Amino acid sequence: MITLVARPAPSRFWSWATPVLAVLATMLAGGGLFALLGSDPFEAIRVIFWDPLFGANAGYFRGQLFIKAGPLILIAAGLAVGFRAGIWNIGAEGQYIIGALCGAAVALAAFPAESALIFPAMVLAGAFGGWVWGMIPALLKNRFGASEILVSLMLVYVAQNLLAWAAFGPLKNPAGFGFPGSRNLQQYPSAHNAELIAGSGVHWGVVAGIAALIGTYVLMNRHIAGFRIQVAGDAPKAARFAGVAPARLVGFCLGLSGALAGLAGMFEVAGPSGQVTDSFNAGYGFTAIIVAFLGRLNPVGILLAGLLMALTYIGGDMAQLTLRLPAAAIQVFQGLLLFFLLGMDLLTNYTVQWGKARA
Amino acid sequence: MGATEPLLRVEGLSKAYPGVLANDAVNLAIAPGQVHALLGENGAGKSTLVKMIYGLVRPDAGSMVLRGAPYAPPDPHAARAAGVAMVFQHFSLFEALNVAENVALGMENPPPLRQLAARIRAVSDAYGLPLDPGRIVGDLSAGERQRVEIIRCLLQEPKLLIMDEPTSVLTPQEVEILFATLRLLAAEGTAILYISHKLEEIRSLCDRATILRGGRVVAACNPRERTAHELAELMVGAELKLTDRAGRKPGEVLLEVVGLHMPPASAFGPSLKSVSFELRRGEVLGIGGVAGNGQEDLLATLSGERPSSAGTVVLKGEDVSTLGPNPRRARGLLAAPEERLGHAAAPDMSLTENAVLTGTMRRPLTRHGFIDRRAARAFAAEIIAAFDVRTPGPQVAARALSGGNLQKFVIGREVLQAPEVLVVNQPTWGVDAAAAAAIRQALLDLAAAGAGVIVISQDLDELLEISDRFAALNEGRLSPPQATAKLTLREIGLSLGGAHGMKPLEVLA
Repeated sequence: MITLVARPAPSRFWSWATPVLAVLATMLAGGGLFALLGSDPFEAIRVIFWDPLFGANAGYFRGQLFIKAGPLILIAAGLAVGFRAGIWNIGAEGQYIIGALCGAAVALAAFPAESALIFPAMVLAGAFGGWVWGMIPALLKNRFGASEILVSLMLVYVAQNLLAWAAFGPLKNPAGFGFPGSRNLQQYPSAHNAELIAGSGVHWGVVAGIAALIGTYVLMNRHIAGFRIQVAGDAPKAARFAGVAPARLVGFCLGLSGALAGLAGMFEVAGPSGQVTDSFNAGYGFTAIIVAFLGRLNPVGILLAGLLMALTYIGGDMAQLTLRLPAAAIQVFQGLLLFFLLGMDLLTNYTVQWGKARA
Repeated sequence: MGATEPLLRVEGLSKAYPGVLANDAVNLAIAPGQVHALLGENGAGKSTLVKMIYGLVRPDAGSMVLRGAPYAPPDPHAARAAGVAMVFQHFSLFEALNVAENVALGMENPPPLRQLAARIRAVSDAYGLPLDPGRIVGDLSAGERQRVEIIRCLLQEPKLLIMDEPTSVLTPQEVEILFATLRLLAAEGTAILYISHKLEEIRSLCDRATILRGGRVVAACNPRERTAHELAELMVGAELKLTDRAGRKPGEVLLEVVGLHMPPASAFGPSLKSVSFELRRGEVLGIGGVAGNGQEDLLATLSGERPSSAGTVVLKGEDVSTLGPNPRRARGLLAAPEERLGHAAAPDMSLTENAVLTGTMRRPLTRHGFIDRRAARAFAAEIIAAFDVRTPGPQVAARALSGGNLQKFVIGREVLQAPEVLVVNQPTWGVDAAAAAAIRQALLDLAAAGAGVIVISQDLDELLEISDRFAALNEGRLSPPQATAKLTLREIGLSLGGAHGMKPLEVLA
């Protein structure tokens, strides 16, 4: 019989070893999955994890790495703050969409004027849009005790419908021959979120992601506000005793993660994507949840986890092309990672004993 | 000894748990009709010993002899069959059932309920434990519930009755009734093994005491021949300092609570009903009462965790009723809640972080909102040194500390912030005697230095020892505070709600 014995204090070693183990277990289980689908598991793992970095076309893919990792990191940095406080924003995808819509709307309203103020205005609009979408579950939670998990998740679907409506309606390109989708912001210099160094994939969103990591690190590790957020997650009663007002905490965490997700959406629509289309969102808001946990809700961890997840996106695309693996297999692969991570987290707080439990 | 064969003889009983030797070659002999005290601090091994006698735990080594025959009960069923009964500290009763049904559920072969009710009446009359077999247990007071447990035991006509901390939930009147019953039982030849750390009780009730410390028997004596102070020293193994309450003079009013009403925090919680009192500089106000009568709510209201309506809490002339905990701390009103882990301290956080938890308003632990780690660590180290917190250092997680040590840390954290008013709930609950004395002394010193202290406690001896005035909290109502010096334990007991509706006639029984 297996018994679990609680550790007197969480193990530092295991808190960093479990993500590595989870990645390895995902490779194993994923390999098995790919084998069942009729692909060579070793080749599949190589295509996903190795080729984008060191394969034949690595020069192109390395740039893609930052393009994919940028929004993941930016969103995960905000989510991690809320998760530490025990406030579960599952709807970053929706906040991402609304941020993109608001940012793009500002740009399209200004079109074709050229001004250095347009891009900053888009940044503000994107952050504001995400903040508003994050504050809806916050207000409902504070006012009616509604679960922020459910409300934020359901608002994703509302946002998706708003996105489709905007792409087919008010934001549709008047010169687009009736095709859905907005003007391409990449062709609008004042609004274009271009690469800062050609070919690197680094745009303003990646810079914002790094800045968000540094900012949340300082907040959580140096500032009294971050300390109180941490206490609220660890021991809610002690937090109240320490003077944390739960309602303000909910507003802060959902507002912050919403604003950062909105920023990520805005940088995406003005940069790599360029266009508001009904299929503009690529699931970054959901994947960022995995990134936040895989990175132990810790800035350095989130940076690494963001790059890793970006790798599975790129490698997954390649695997679809070269090995004809279905797209769903890649999503299952990403899901497996979170599954194994949460499962292995047990080792951080418990030791496993084999044999009969002592009375 | 030697003249009469003891009822129970325990020889060299040992029991080890991983990492701790709970009982180490314990010897004990109980004569028929003897009231035998088992005395010791928390963790001294009292519970392990009685659990072995009652068949709940099997000893690793040693033997027991009951009435001349070898005795090694594999389970409580066998122990009861051999004539050993036990009343636990925590009752196992079904609140929705009546007294007779509860008694029947605990018996091996219960008779029909009608007969059982008659037997319950007979036993309760014979031993002066008034109890109506038809009443629903949910409506009974703690003392009456204990009687159900005792009568359930007595119906088995035990030769040895084990009682684990029986008076911790009782009012003084209920204690008198219980003691009368126990003396009667002893006179009839039933031996009683009585676990407690209340020394005065043991001195008035018991003929013999075995004192445990660290799993070993350190002394066996007649408790009537020793002072409570001597017994405490045997228990702790160190010289105890008596609390010194000199040098206090009540000054101007610091805190006023006026007509405080609070709805219950939870569905089954009590509400506070028109609570009013004032606290003066240099004074210790003791608030007594059985737990669950509004103590937690009163603390939360004073600390600012549950702000009250305007005008109900006034600190030095300023209405602070609607302020949260931190603005109150800034003004000098500090608190230490009862629940150490999870409320007064965050379990997984280090002592340094737990020092930051409440210390930032009155100590320079932050600069422009950024935590000054060096200052925080120094503050934690200062608490550890000043309050003799036994721990490797401030980096240790709060949950790694023993209850007593964490309590010293929590009280120390508030005391060292030089509060003007300090409110503490159960400051010495579950804390060993030496630590309890240190905590009480710190509270008295704080008052002597000119602060006002409110001590909420279930321990009446503690309140009588340190408080200048006493008030009782019962079902959310606070009795008018009275000078402690003029009160007797009996008067206090009556102020605790007349022992929960007990009639004076029963008190005399």
